[in-house]
Amino acid sequence: MKHIFKIIAVLAAISAVWVALLETSTVPRSYTWLLPIYLVVALGCYGLFMVGYGLMFFPTCPQEAVLLQQDIVEAKEFLSKRGVDVSSD
Amino acid sequence: MEKGGEAGGGRPEYSIIVPTYNERLNVALIVYLIFKHLPDAKFEIIIVDDGSPDGTQDIVKQLQQVYGEDRVLLRARPRKLGLGTAYMHGLKHASGEFVVIMDADLSHHPKYLPSFIRKQKETGADIVTGTRYVSNGGVHGWNLMRKLTSRGANVLAQTLLRPGASDLTGSFRLYKRSVLEDVISSCVSKGYVFQMEMIVRATRKGYHIEEVPITFVDRVFGISKLGGSEIVGYLKGLVYLLLTT
Repeated sequence: MKHIFKIIAVLAAISAVWVALLETSTVPRSYTWLLPIYLVVALGCYGLFMVGYGLMFFPTCPQEAVLLQQDIVEAKEFLSKRGVDVSSD
Repeated sequence: MEKGGEAGGGRPEYSIIVPTYNERLNVALIVYLIFKHLPDAKFEIIIVDDGSPDGTQDIVKQLQQVYGEDRVLLRARPRKLGLGTAYMHGLKHASGEFVVIMDADLSHHPKYLPSFIRKQKETGADIVTGTRYVSNGGVHGWNLMRKLTSRGANVLAQTLLRPGASDLTGSFRLYKRSVLEDVISSCVSKGYVFQMEMIVRATRKGYHIEEVPITFVDRVFGISKLGGSEIVGYLKGLVYLLLTT
């Protein structure tokens, strides 16, 4: 099944629950009308939280840049001895 | 370790495809580092060079003198023809049971190759993909804006697509050869979206995907690879994948 249909199915299920709540009036209607807005706000909060959390704990590796420089020096030394042109371009 | 020819007797088990364009220094460095970090594996390196004007191919020929023409293969193309077709071109010439794809610019370090191979052997995975977004992984050389776009793009794709991998736009991956042939033939995107399409289609086809942490050192400072047009292209790719996978 195409993924878009899964998303549409989830949205349809949520809409069905919402319509049922509106029809049966188990909760006051004025509350029920606001539920879709709460849902959108909740989704936005989730997105912002995930991005913010990801940014705060973004894995970085400054030591790898140093190690790479050492590897480059080592490789250049080995290769130039064997006749490979490693002069910087 | 120093003598490249010894471990590679017989048919290679791993074919490492490295597309290049103007990488005369980096291609030499990466070949050296691959041989250094895979002393015992049977592998071949396939350089797919898109007619670099800087003499990348001359360097590859010099490397063939050092490591042997059966270990370092030059499979050039006349001009720049794009990444996806570069992989296909390399794949045509690959004789290994497994294919590794990596960038030539040293943002993908060959020291992680043993962990890809080990992970594949342990799990029997169809695809082992390198991920930057876990502990022991990481990125160096990105500013805040670059990190923010990356996180935003990732959260969006994870939420909407359920792609089955944590790092969608990275391209340091090991594939079973038949799996790569299958997946690549159904991919049409370009650039970042191509990498994402590969992993999403593989997930949908039910292939077994495993991840290993990698670090990513971005040495091309100052050149922003993520402008407005890339973001628009990414969003279009996301919609395309939503509709077709």
